[in-house]
Amino acid sequence: MTIHASSNDINTLLSTMATEIRDAVGDKNPLLIGIHTGGVWIAKALEQQLGADFFDASLGTLNIAYYRDDFTRIGMHPQVTPSDLPFEIEGRHLLLVDDVIHSGRTIRAALNEIFDYGRPASVTLVALIERNGHELPIHADIIGESVTLSPDQQIKLTNNEGLNLEIISSKGIE
Amino acid sequence: MTNNQLTENGHLRHFLTIEGLKRPLLTEIMDRAEQFSSISHQQVKKVPLLRGKTIVNLFFENSTRTRTTFELAAKRLSADVINLNISTSATSKGESLLDTLHNLEAMHSDMFVVRHAQSGAAEFIAQHVAPHVSVINAGDGCHAHPTQAMLDMFTIRRHKQHFPDLCVAIVGDILHSRVARSQIQALAILGVGEIRIIGPQTLLPAHSDALGVHVYHDMEAGLKNVDVIITLRLQQERMQGALLPSAREYFQCYGLTDDKLKIAKPDAIVMHPGPINRGVEIASSVADGPQSVILEQVTHGIAIRMAVMSMALGSQAELEGQL
Repeated sequence: MTIHASSNDINTLLSTMATEIRDAVGDKNPLLIGIHTGGVWIAKALEQQLGADFFDASLGTLNIAYYRDDFTRIGMHPQVTPSDLPFEIEGRHLLLVDDVIHSGRTIRAALNEIFDYGRPASVTLVALIERNGHELPIHADIIGESVTLSPDQQIKLTNNEGLNLEIISSKGIE
Repeated sequence: MTNNQLTENGHLRHFLTIEGLKRPLLTEIMDRAEQFSSISHQQVKKVPLLRGKTIVNLFFENSTRTRTTFELAAKRLSADVINLNISTSATSKGESLLDTLHNLEAMHSDMFVVRHAQSGAAEFIAQHVAPHVSVINAGDGCHAHPTQAMLDMFTIRRHKQHFPDLCVAIVGDILHSRVARSQIQALAILGVGEIRIIGPQTLLPAHSDALGVHVYHDMEAGLKNVDVIITLRLQQERMQGALLPSAREYFQCYGLTDDKLKIAKPDAIVMHPGPINRGVEIASSVADGPQSVILEQVTHGIAIRMAVMSMALGSQAELEGQL
């Protein structure tokens, strides 16, 4: 993919992902959960693609700040929007959405948090981008695009008048 | 008092007093408490933020509510908690306060929550603990009770939102109240429009005007147009000290009854830090009435204490970075 992906490219990815989601869990009455902040944007976009009646509850949002594994190294996160799961997850099939899967640590934290709300029947992991650099045995089930980046590069989703992807390297924007 | 309770970057390291803190920090404590409140919606009402941390509740003075909510707050953050009731412990065997502290430090404690009858005790302990230990003041003598003040501010914000528009009246024994002292400081920092203190001359500080408050000796005048009424506990020993004639007479003059409550604004809220003396500073019908938020204060105490504990222990990373 190109280094700067515009809204159009992302929409194409999202529509393919929506089809895959329909095939995978369409008959399971799933619930949708986005991880703050980028995951919530992607979840909202997928919700639009899939249509209002695909989910029988509004979007849940997860903030994993209290479940991170680096509190003793970097302390409190500056701003935390509380998690909001406006449904019972017990026995339900969940679609867990994030923008970028990298180390896998965010998803580890998110799964721990989800299980503090109840015991879901299944969790399907959805990501717009999966990149190399995994540190945990965690892989997305439904992926928009897989990319290979060098360790000094970061891929970042922004949301200014539409979703955009940027690759930032420690040498600045390429 | 020097602000040794903050790190070089202005983050909370200890929480000893409201005095000298800035509005953004008080707002941050309340915002974080708001975020922690959502944990009570979880099936497992716990987050692993302080897993592996050891918090020692050092209570040199009796307390049920404060100690319990500190303990519950620490447990909701997954810290290990030890409760030490010192009056019945080592110090009665002749061990000095500092020896007790150093022993607890040697057990790799990360935080001391201190209540003590002497003003300045928490500050003293903060000066002598190892650099990796945070100290939270859970009430020292007549000096300060900062977490109580913050949970009160949080309760007010939940009901009234905009501090500058508010008129808040604190009724009762202001002179001996660490709660009132911390509340007045917090209300002033948050820019509350008007702060009033109401009570008999013998129970108000000598230079009340210097606190930036309006002083009333008469309930009828003092409660007019008030949005928030905070009643304080009247301690029995005040009567023995001849500062007051009797509990009954106090109730007649300063007890919050339904009739007196009607003088305040119709949507005024009634607060009390507890424990309540029913029929002394507040009538049962008011304490249990629709305008009372007294039990909410207790609930909010957990979230506020979670916020303060996690912020103070979060700064440890910053301190270690400086070493």
